[in-house]
Amino acid sequence: MSYQIVVCGGIAPDPLQTLEPVPGPALKNEMMLPHVFDPWAAHALYEAGHLAKLNPGAKVWVVSMAPKAKLQQVMMTVAQKLPFELVPLDGPPGGFTDSADVAEALAAAIRTIAGLDLSRLLLFGGWESATRGAGTTMQRVGALLGITEQFLAVDQLEVRDGGSLRVWERLEGGRQQVSLCSGLPAMLAWATGHLPEPPNHPPTGMANGRLLMPALQKAKPAPAGAGCTFLDVSLPKQIRQTVIVKDKPAAEIAREIVEWITQ
Amino acid sequence: MNLDADILCVGFGPAMGGFLTTLTRGLSEEGLESAAMPGLPPQVICYERADDISFGVSGVVTRARAIRASFPEFDPDAVPMAAPVTSESLVYLLDPHGASRRPAMLRAADGILKIAAEHGAIELPYIPGFLQKHDGFVLSIGQFNQWAGQQVLMSGLAQIWPSAPVSAPLIEEGRVSGVVLAADGAGVRGALTVVGDGPYGAAGRRLDEEFGLPEGHVRDEWAVGMKLVIELPEDTTLAPGTVIHTFGYPEPEIFGFFYTHPDRIASAGIFVPSWLENPVRTAYRYLQHFIQHPYLWRYVRGGRMKSWGAKSLLESGRRGEPFLAGDGYARIGEGSGSTNVLTGSGVDEAWLTGTQLAEAVLVLLREKKPFTRENLEATYVARRRTSWLERENLVAEKARNGFARGVIQGFLGMALAGFTRGRLHWPSGDVKRRTLKEYYSGRLSPHRIVEIQKQCAAAGISLHDALMDACGWPAIQYDGQLLVTHQDALLMGGKVQAPAGAEDHVLFRDAVLCEECRQRTCIEMCSGQAIHAGETKVPAFEREKCVHCGACLWNCPGNNIAFAAGPGGFHSAEN
Ligand SMILES: Cc1cc2nc3c(=O)[nH]c(=O)nc-3n(C[C@H](O)[C@H](O)[C@H](O)COP(=O)(O)OP(=O)(O)OC[C@H]3O[C@@H](n4cnc5c(N)ncnc54)[C@H](O)[C@@H]3O)c2cc1C
Ligand code: SF4
Ligand code: SF4
Repeated sequence: MSYQIVVCGGIAPDPLQTLEPVPGPALKNEMMLPHVFDPWAAHALYEAGHLAKLNPGAKVWVVSMAPKAKLQQVMMTVAQKLPFELVPLDGPPGGFTDSADVAEALAAAIRTIAGLDLSRLLLFGGWESATRGAGTTMQRVGALLGITEQFLAVDQLEVRDGGSLRVWERLEGGRQQVSLCSGLPAMLAWATGHLPEPPNHPPTGMANGRLLMPALQKAKPAPAGAGCTFLDVSLPKQIRQTVIVKDKPAAEIAREIVEWITQ
Repeated sequence: MNLDADILCVGFGPAMGGFLTTLTRGLSEEGLESAAMPGLPPQVICYERADDISFGVSGVVTRARAIRASFPEFDPDAVPMAAPVTSESLVYLLDPHGASRRPAMLRAADGILKIAAEHGAIELPYIPGFLQKHDGFVLSIGQFNQWAGQQVLMSGLAQIWPSAPVSAPLIEEGRVSGVVLAADGAGVRGALTVVGDGPYGAAGRRLDEEFGLPEGHVRDEWAVGMKLVIELPEDTTLAPGTVIHTFGYPEPEIFGFFYTHPDRIASAGIFVPSWLENPVRTAYRYLQHFIQHPYLWRYVRGGRMKSWGAKSLLESGRRGEPFLAGDGYARIGEGSGSTNVLTGSGVDEAWLTGTQLAEAVLVLLREKKPFTRENLEATYVARRRTSWLERENLVAEKARNGFARGVIQGFLGMALAGFTRGRLHWPSGDVKRRTLKEYYSGRLSPHRIVEIQKQCAAAGISLHDALMDACGWPAIQYDGQLLVTHQDALLMGGKVQAPAGAEDHVLFRDAVLCEECRQRTCIEMCSGQAIHAGETKVPAFEREKCVHCGACLWNCPGNNIAFAAGPGGFHSAEN
């Protein structure tokens, strides 16, 4: 089956880097932090790529809103992973834009994709973003596009003969809910999925690059964020604390963690 | 020949920053056409080994003459961590522990200097002109590269692909016709290949093997630079732009630096050179003693390590210059011999070589001339020969000769070359490879050394630490903030990446050589503790810890390490 898969994903400061956000009006140094493709959306992208590989003729689009320069930098890595076409939106970075505004901008961009049949769409994204964690964006995008079959925190997807979908959604307590969906369109907001990060493959990047570079050049400013003003922003007191211990009993480590959390 | 692109570039450091900045500006103005894809502008593709263009390791203080020529309105406020130099000092650090290996003459001089010293150091009353950077900037190489790279990308006229190591240039019928990608061994063809992969990049080294070096040129002078980025205590008195150059400690031949960025951040580091005769040299332990020297400790005590990094420098400079151009290729940056060891400067020099090549390429594209050796020599090499880079690098060419004979001769040689503008220099000599017994003679008996060796081998711990302890170096009092173990520096000082499925890039060529090797310098000097005693006599390599500093490549006395291009490593955008 020739799937049309649209993956929505933003970018997020690389959590493994040493540079920390500096609070200011928004985040003062956001543009200097190294960024990665939002980890949740990245899982969705790898799943989309995998599905497309198994189904010749399938096509993947990535719709992404972020400051253009930063998005371009991140895309130079992401584009090496698998073939896709980028629909970039030059907008504000993740954390401080209301999810309804983001969803509106993303849905509008998806509508402009030439040749896309919305009634046959597989809409993918992360179940939440690593920057805001609202967990509502994909549901809104789906709703705006008229997609009522929605699955959240997806761990696994099986495409069955005849085109129906079996979907595993993550629930509390390590359990999963398994649903059967008779067909497209459907929205799947992914948790971790099952696939490892594909290795970088520069020729794939170069092939993607032919369309990606001009698309980024032409990326239009997305007026997202106008509907919501933040009066004040503060970071959690402890963002990350690395303590290196050796030969400490697990019970002692657990006790320290509990103490740290309850501080 | 079918071309995949017009210009292929290897590595994105300051040299390539200069090249792509100048080239893309020219391309945007001139409406030139691609030979690979007629109808489009020339296709320019750059492959960078590291996972992001913001990953690098350097000081940096720079006069930024070439950078400012590219950006006449350069505003340090626009580049994170950049600041204009506000004060500069050159400081001789005395040894507070008496544990370093100082020649008798230096020891005697130290005895006298101690009387005038403050905080265990002598601030020199004036900085020789050739060292001065007072009109320059303090930068973070990662942040500067990112700033420059983003502008190149935004031009839409060049692609920079990170985590895409090039394993070798594609050499066909004596000319370079493109690059071979490490990911899948695929060849990519272009009319010109620009090699700017730094001091020990795989592409540059392969060119040296294939085409040799010009007569009389050698690449035998190296150093491993290791640094910390430190968040200074809240009550710091240091102003952004403070620049301190040091020498004399932790060993007399180890140069050090301390630069202050805005927002209470400092970069502090040392260079452990190839002429340091200690076969079990270690940069990390030396770095910890360096920051604890009373002169610096008063500034950093109570601070926090934010980032850490290590990288080799090719210090042969002009003496190690390869053929700068050949049919289908040109070389820029440190790998092309641009770094000046006398002025302690490599970033601006690398940037300049890139801009010079770009100007030359634009001329050749405009005149529709092919990228042959003759054409590149007439344009690129000619520009380089008539620039300040050549003049200053000729002055520096023999400036470090003296260090092969001894540390005092080394200092005198630098001064001689610097003050006479290269007319006089110390006679050269061969760097001696000392055995442990020779190096520690007079301080540790051969019997004691063997004893320590046995204890360390049995306990599986590093020899350098034990030997330094035995010589009177105080133990490091870890505080978990600034003074942390080497392993913890790896965990806390950046992001460690080792993509699954990639092959080991450090290989031991000849097992017999390793089996017979007594010094095992590769293990002791490894910047990431990625090389350790294996189950056999051949050392073991752990790719997950390797920081790609390149030091094992030149530290093995038997040249027994093959260092291939590989992805991943250890990265921080602050270094
Ligand atoms: C600790 C330290 C402190 C320093 N302090 C100063 C200072 O204060 N002032 C100053 O002017 N200079 C300083 N230098 C020197 C300066 O950093 C270098 O001279 C300069 O970075 C050289 O620039 P380059 O572009 O030639 O090479 P590099 O900066 O080394 O860039 C080369 C790039 O090529 C990439 N690469 C390597 N191999 C491959 C491959 N096979 N495929 C693809 N990509 C590859 C590398 O990842 C790297 O990004 C310092 C260096 C160190 C290590
Ligand atoms: S790699 Fe070199 S230094 Fe290391 S054990 Fe082998 S021969 Fe000795
Ligand atoms: S193994 Fe890696 S970290 Fe160790 S010296 Fe070699 S390049 Fe540096």
